[in-house]
Parts: sequence; structure tokens; C-alpha cells
Amino acid sequence: MKKLLSGNEAIARGAWEAGVKFAAGYPGTPSTEILENLARYPQVDAQWSANEKVAFDEGMGAAIGGLRVLVTMKHVGLNVASDAFMVFPYAGTNGGFVVISADDPGMHSSQNEQDNRYLALMAKVPLLEPADAQECKDFIAFAFDLSEQFGTPVMLRTTTRSAHTKSLVALGERREVPRRDFTPDIRRYSVPIYRHLLRPKLEARLRQLVEYVETCPLNRVERGDSAVMLSEAEHPTIGVIASGMAYQYAREVWPEAAFFKLGLVYPLPVRRLLDFCRRHETVYVVEEGEAFIESQLKALGAGNLIGKDLFGVIGEYSPERLATALKGEKPRPNFGDEITILPRPPMFCVGCGHRVVFDVLRQLKVLVAGDIGCYTMGALPPYEASHTTFCMGASIGNAFGFRRAGHERTVAVIGDSTFVHAGIPSLVDTVYNGGKTTVVILDNGTTGMTGQQPHPAAGKTLKGTPAPRLDLEALCRAVGIQHVTVVDTWERSSVLRAIRSALAYDGPAVVIARGPCQQLPEMRGRDLVPYAVDEAVCTNCEACYKVWCPAITPGANGKPVIDPLACVACGVCAQVCVPGAITSNVKRYDV
Amino acid sequence: MGDTKNIIFAGVGGQGVLLIAELLALAAAAAGHDVKQTEVHGVSQRGGMVESHVRYGPKVWSPLIMPGQAHAIVGMEKLEALRFAHYIRPNGVIIVNDHEILPASVGAAAEKYPHGAIEFLRGKGLNVLALPATRIAAELGDIRAANMVLLGALSAHLDIAPTLWEQTLQTRMPARHLALNREAFARGVSTIERERRLA
Repeated sequence: MKKLLSGNEAIARGAWEAGVKFAAGYPGTPSTEILENLARYPQVDAQWSANEKVAFDEGMGAAIGGLRVLVTMKHVGLNVASDAFMVFPYAGTNGGFVVISADDPGMHSSQNEQDNRYLALMAKVPLLEPADAQECKDFIAFAFDLSEQFGTPVMLRTTTRSAHTKSLVALGERREVPRRDFTPDIRRYSVPIYRHLLRPKLEARLRQLVEYVETCPLNRVERGDSAVMLSEAEHPTIGVIASGMAYQYAREVWPEAAFFKLGLVYPLPVRRLLDFCRRHETVYVVEEGEAFIESQLKALGAGNLIGKDLFGVIGEYSPERLATALKGEKPRPNFGDEITILPRPPMFCVGCGHRVVFDVLRQLKVLVAGDIGCYTMGALPPYEASHTTFCMGASIGNAFGFRRAGHERTVAVIGDSTFVHAGIPSLVDTVYNGGKTTVVILDNGTTGMTGQQPHPAAGKTLKGTPAPRLDLEALCRAVGIQHVTVVDTWERSSVLRAIRSALAYDGPAVVIARGPCQQLPEMRGRDLVPYAVDEAVCTNCEACYKVWCPAITPGANGKPVIDPLACVACGVCAQVCVPGAITSNVKRYDV
Repeated sequence: MGDTKNIIFAGVGGQGVLLIAELLALAAAAAGHDVKQTEVHGVSQRGGMVESHVRYGPKVWSPLIMPGQAHAIVGMEKLEALRFAHYIRPNGVIIVNDHEILPASVGAAAEKYPHGAIEFLRGKGLNVLALPATRIAAELGDIRAANMVLLGALSAHLDIAPTLWEQTLQTRMPARHLALNREAFARGVSTIERERRLA
């Protein structure tokens, strides 16, 4: 019986079946569910690490120490881990080592589109790209064997679509892989000293891989109207070279074509591909991201390729997009020309503590350097109180720079998980170099945006076991911040007072706005009595609407009504209600 | 897209859109079909739109459905049904919850909201089945079961046996919610059957 699994669930299953013993990563859409699923297997030591580089370093140690290791991250996470990723192949691995890079064409939940196939090329490691959940599972086992056969780390690239699409998967059993012997070898593992010995070895391994891929079973030629292999005698006019989810789209659009389906995308099987190009009049290259395959083949002389000029490099592909590009017209537009189809932008949850902080920042008219998390929404109306957002941990360094450029009233805003991930060195630097930035840490006790994963300041691990809780106040003081204030994020007047006082302080200051994420299980499951508007007292002054809580809407009589099913009793509306018409008889939460 | 059935589910974060899409995918798999389910969710639990495509048949390639190819669209509220209505094929059915959720952060949403979406789509000659799923679910004791009412209505338009639906609900739903969800599903089915008797 096959099981319906997402690509991420299938990768977790595949890693378990392949005998993985250690797995690490940092949450990032669309990679997060891999480790969450892998953590359910008792045989696997799976963990969230402080950031992707730490996860990679830990994985590298475990693999050199002899275990099969999986490390997972989103595409930009691999930038953070790149220092390790670029040097590891010099030494090569001992136990099998696979890194997942979850790319996000279309930027569904990312700050950029980057095609990480180029990072595999740059690191000179093999790259696999699965096209459905079954391949996600099967390719993982294949990747571990390949990794150990050639002694190289292997990268597996998913995309948002392949990571989050569910399809049927035939399951296998776990294979226990014994720990490999590790022998200390300074000439192999002390790369900077012995680089001149290791560099030619890296090239020699790549040459072996270039030979190997020509016979690799993950690359195959198919007839479009069935999944059977194309015989030598059959030469349809149109050939299609495709990999990953783009392959599935291409199968819809060209039912009559011949397909070169790539599973191992770097190094490319160039002899077979050039042969394929010669057999067909026109060859389409369908790949999401940059012209990775196309440009390599063109450089080798393939003249009949059509790819990025027609389909483009920006955004996510779809069958609609391919068909539109081929025919020059959209299959069918939406009805937006005839009737208003309002957008439905995301927003802060009901009772989200971030809402209060951004309301205060807007009131203070400060320049805000933001960071990566739900709180990027502070840049949207009605707040428009977050002026920059780039990458993990950038807020504190950006704010330091703004002040150096003369913008004194600058505040850095960063979440607790992001602060631990990449904010701490910047805070150290701010103190060291005489910065006077006010830093607001939005401490909701979790990694909210990606679905509530714990981190070092959350007090528990991925497996749910208790862990020493990183004390953020003590940490800030230890790096030399003398003005540290902790406030209840739902006490509007306290938040305002704390940020004002930090701005007035002659030196770097930290305000920790604390209150758990409303999506945490302990918050969702708690007993509460929703707030309600007393109609007799309400003067319809509309102050409560300015909280921008989705649970408060105009009622039938024109006065505000609080949806009792949506209200989480954060109490912020009651604080701003002028006549005191909003009440609840329960204390909502103790910080 | 030949023998493949294409269904789109749309709604707002928290309405249970992904759950009913998954239930269809599981029921289709139980019926022996190849199946793919894809979704766009990201930050949708924060009030954004949620969209899921389910395709099943002898062999499914793309998980994404092309505009003009959906056999059915299930909208958990009017605006989201309208947003994806151009995906319907000529003889397809748009099953929509006669219910409105205003996008909270859009200024003057109440005035701009397309209250006449159902009439508009019918005016386009589309087969729109509007049913008060949220009200029916409220009668049953929990408005969160509105998604199951719509799934029941959808099931009456598909070629998957009732026993497989029952089996899927039993397997997938937590025991404490099973009775309510089963009843909501049945109400959706009976709404369609009543319409057919009247037709």
C-alpha cells in the first residue's frame, strides 16, 4: 500500500530508511517539515541548531566521525552555511553526508530567488533534483550511497512545489548502517595547511563523477506518451530536457515529445545530452531558476536549444506558464477586469504581540531596521513601521550603519529566534564599535513564521525534551549592554515607555518585548474568556479599530463587535478603549 | 490533462481548506487512482488566502491545474471562489459557501468586497452551487465543520464510492471529531441529492 506523502515527509522517510543517525538544520520554508518528521523516529538524533552554519559544522563532524548525516535548510540558509560547504569537499566525507537545499522559485516565503544549483557547481559536489515524493524518498538513499562511493558531500535540491506537493510513495524498511571507522588524518582534515595536496584531489574526484554520470540510472530518456524508454529508432521532432518539478509541467505540455529526464543535474551527463540534442530538431530545456543546464549545453555547441529566452528566469513555472509561452496567449484570464477581486494580504494573528510594538514604533516616527520573521509585516499598512528587511540578523548591523550615516533615531527590530541565529555577533559589534542603537527583541518564545519551532531561548529541543534556556537578558548584559528592559508585549504603555527610554539612553540599549506566539500549542489550548464590548458604555469612538485586530469589526448597529471565537483575550483593545466599554473577567497571561 | 480529475480548493487560513483537500486526495488514492495534492500556504494562518489543487486519475504529472481545466472548485467563502473561478472548465461546478470573510487589512473592505460574486459567476453562464455551509455547520454545533459540508457536496459530484469516503474520514479524522464531521459531510451530500430530485 502506497502512502500519500509530501516531498518533505518523503525525504524524512528516505533518510530514516537510509540509516541516517544524525540530522540537523535550522527552520526555513520550504525545508522545515523534513526535520520535524525525521525527529519522530527514535533511531535518528535530529535537532534544530542555532543556525545553518552550526548545523552544517555539526553534521560535518558527525559524518567525518563515521555516521550517515542529513542537514537541511532553505536556499538562503545554505548561504549562511557556505563557508563550511565550500571547504568540506576538499577533505571529502567519511560517512554519507547529504545537504538539502530547499529553493523557492516565486519567492512564496523568501527574500530572494537564488538558484542553488550554482552552489553545488561551485562546491564541486554532485546535485540531485527529485520530481515527486517517490523520487524525494528514493533519491535520498541514492545520495547516501553516492556520497560514500565517491567520498563526497551530496546536495539534493527541492523547490517549494516539490517539497510541499503530496503524492503516493512506496515505502521501504530501515537499513542500519554501522558507523564507519575514523582515523585522524591531518593531511586530509586540516585543509588550509594541506590545500595544495587536496586541491588536485578535488578535481580528480570531479573527473570521476563526470564519467560516472553518463551511466547514472537517475538520468533517463522517455517517450512522452508513456514512461517507457525511447528506442534508438524513435526520433520525435521535439525533445525536452527537464528536471525537478519542471519535468512534470513539461509532461503536460508536450505529450508527443521525447524526454531527457535529469535526476542527477550536476555534473551533467553532457555526452548523452548532446547526443539527445542531435536526435531532435528542436530541444526545449525546461528548468526552474537560471539557465543552468541550457548555458552549459550551449557552451558545448548545442545549437537547437530553446529555454530561458522563451520561458524566462523569474518566478515559479507552471503548465500554464509553459503553454502561454508556447502559444503566446494565456489559457484563460481571471475575472478581475469585470469585478473587484480584492487581495487578501497576510497579517498579524489575532492577539499577536508584534502588533503593539509596531503600533508604538509608528507613533514614535523612528527609522526601523527590520529582520526576517512574521514581523516583516510591520512594513505593511496600517503600520508601515519597518523600513528595511534583507536577511537573517541584518537589522542590528543595518541600524548601526544608519546611525553612522547620521540617522540617530533608528531602532533595530529582531525576533528571538533570528537574534540567536545571527543577531548576537552584531550586538557584540555594536558595543565594541561604540554604537548606540536601540534594539527591540520580539521574544515570542519560538520560531513563529515557519510554524513554531523551538530554539535555544525557548527551553526545549526539536524532540520536545527540556533544554537549558538561553537567558536573553543576561546575554545582552554580558556583551556589554547596560540598558536592558523586559516588557510585557501586550502592555502598550510599558512598551512605549521602554522604547522611549532606550532611545533617550546615551548608549546601546535593548528592549525585550516578551509574550508567547499565539500559535503555540500552550496558547491555543488554554482556557480563556473573550473580551466583549458593552454596548451601553461604547461611544463608538472607534479607538479600538486602531488596534487593527481582525477579531474587531463593525456590528449590525454600527458599534464594534469582538468575534468571541477569534478573540484570544490579549486585552490590547481594552487598554485603548476610551470609555472603558471593553472588558473581560479573566487575566490573560503572566509574563 | 485527459482522464485526470482536477479539483481546486480555496479559502482563508483557518477554514480547513487543506484538510478537505487532503481528504479528497486520500479518498482518491483509496479508490486506486494516482493522485497529487499541492498547496500554497506560507503565512496563510495569519489570515491570508489558502489554495490547494488536487488531481487524480490513472497517471498524474503536474500537481498544478491549468486555468479552464478544473472539474470543480470548492470555495470556503465567496471572494476566494471568485479569485479562482477562471480555473473552471465549461461543464464544471463551482461549489461555494454562501459566506463572506472581509480581508481585514484592506481599507474599506466592506464596500469593495464583491458581495455579488455568486450572481456575477452565474451571469457568466457558470454552474454555481451556493450553499450555507457555515450556517449548516453552526446548526450542527461547530462552524469549523463548514468545510466538511462542502466536501460532502463535492463528493456527490465525483466518482468515488461513499464507502471510500466513510473509510477515509474514519482513518484520517480524530475519533472525538468523527461524528460531527460525518454528519456535516452527510448534510453536504443530501443538499446535492435534494437539488437533483428537484431538477
